[in-house]
Amino acid sequence: MSWVTTFLNSSIGKKTIMAITGLLLCLYLVIHLAGNLTLFGGADFFNSYVLRLSAFKPLVRIIEAVLLLIFGGHIFNGLRLSIENRKATDKKYQSNRAQENSSFSSKTMTITGSVLLVFLITHLATVWYSFQIEHSGGEFFKIIIGPVVGLGNLSVAVLYGVAMVFLGFHLHHGFQSAFQTFGIRYNRYGRLIEIISILFWFIIPAGFLWIVVYFGFLGGVK
Amino acid sequence: MRVMLKVWRQNNSKSQGVFEMYPVKNISGDMSFFEMMDMLNDRLVLDGKTPIAFDHDCREGICGTCGLFINGRTHGSLRGITTCQLHMRSFKDGETIVVEPWRAKAFPVIKDLIVDRSSFDRIMEAGGYVSIKTGGTPDANAIPIPKINVDEAMDAASCIGCGACVATCKNSSAMLFVGAKVSQYALLPQGQPEARERVLNMVAVMDEEGFGSCTNTGACEVECPKEISLEHIARMNREFLKANIS
Ligand code: HEM
Ligand code: SF4
Ligand code: FES
Repeated sequence: MSWVTTFLNSSIGKKTIMAITGLLLCLYLVIHLAGNLTLFGGADFFNSYVLRLSAFKPLVRIIEAVLLLIFGGHIFNGLRLSIENRKATDKKYQSNRAQENSSFSSKTMTITGSVLLVFLITHLATVWYSFQIEHSGGEFFKIIIGPVVGLGNLSVAVLYGVAMVFLGFHLHHGFQSAFQTFGIRYNRYGRLIEIISILFWFIIPAGFLWIVVYFGFLGGVK
Repeated sequence: MRVMLKVWRQNNSKSQGVFEMYPVKNISGDMSFFEMMDMLNDRLVLDGKTPIAFDHDCREGICGTCGLFINGRTHGSLRGITTCQLHMRSFKDGETIVVEPWRAKAFPVIKDLIVDRSSFDRIMEAGGYVSIKTGGTPDANAIPIPKINVDEAMDAASCIGCGACVATCKNSSAMLFVGAKVSQYALLPQGQPEARERVLNMVAVMDEEGFGSCTNTGACEVECPKEISLEHIARMNREFLKANIS
């Protein structure tokens, strides 16, 4: 077993964990967005979608547990890397024109990730929790657009909106970076990865953002 | 032309450093940056002061000894050159030039602008070689190697070990250097017998020496005087993953 711990504690091992968990989270985003789009079908459509999901409760619980593991691994490793990398650096340069050699999103992964963490905790503690204790079956849509924990609450809508912009930055660097970590970013697949990357850093965050804007600010589906 | 130099001065690895200002006059644009530094140092000596310590040797971009952080960029702001290949014509008359040593925990300052890069040597000792009896000069064509691999290996081998990649990295990561050194052997048949141990050992020593972990910002590729490509880091990652599962 010792090679496993050696691997997990090595610089490239930690990168690999970030990349695997990061890409799995990207996959989850696709599924999550697809589910959220049922909001546009109106209250009944959305409620019946959520109810249908609840019918597979054991399966949902297993998926949630796996997700928790993935998020845990990603967050733990991400924070650990950030701390260790800070330790590896010495005094700051008096003059550092880093903007000329690397992208903004690549240098702000810890910050964008941390904002996502705040969003994640808020989201779980409010929406996810409310869904767990809602048993009557018809109130899911109201929770989402409502004035308490939903998009009807201005501060919730703003937090969600800002978080999606940060998600875009996080994935602008993160998605293609994961492939570099696996060692397949820079040969003949480079262009392809760049193109697929647009789906993750632009289209998906924009999709979530549109839900926030549509239901939080434009009145939503009546 | 004339410039104002703002230079990091530090007596030894223990002491607290400070920036000192030095006006330098009568500079010709054709002077190299180091010739300008030499001129300043001559004057400091005449004035009974300690000259500024900086590393240099070949002064033609091949040895990897030099390396200064100039105005916020490693080896100055031009692409594909070492500090010794930088000329004064790329500065403006009257400009203030900030000169700093490489900054990384694994590269402690020894004096002024000189840092200790022996951590790179220890990484090389861990696997940056092939253990074969070379004998007399071998026939260059005795082992067939695809041209594309030869070229890639040559590109990797052009790394001069200057440390600019570490100096510019926000994580002080040495992965471009180690990636190049792993790649130059991974691409050639002579490197195969020791490939697995090489990548495992070199990465282990790299981590022990306190270099950070790569987050693929790509700054190193831009700043490297030999324009070593990130592709070599990708290859090292592949080699490392392969070594771990085989
Ligand atoms: C839906 C949420 C998230 C997704 C889809 C996601 C995705 C990714 C991806 C694909 C990477 C790139 C991996 C690589 O460079 O190899 C990454 C890196 C990173 N993530 Fe996340 N992430 C999410 C949430 C978070 C959270 C909550 C944190 C909290 C701290 C975080 C912190 C980081 C850090 C620090 C990195 C940098 C690692 C590096 O640059 O190598 N992420 N993320
Ligand atoms: S990879 Fe480039 S920047 Fe890094 S040590 Fe080699 S030559 Fe210098
Ligand atoms: S002094 Fe040899 S590379 Fe600059």
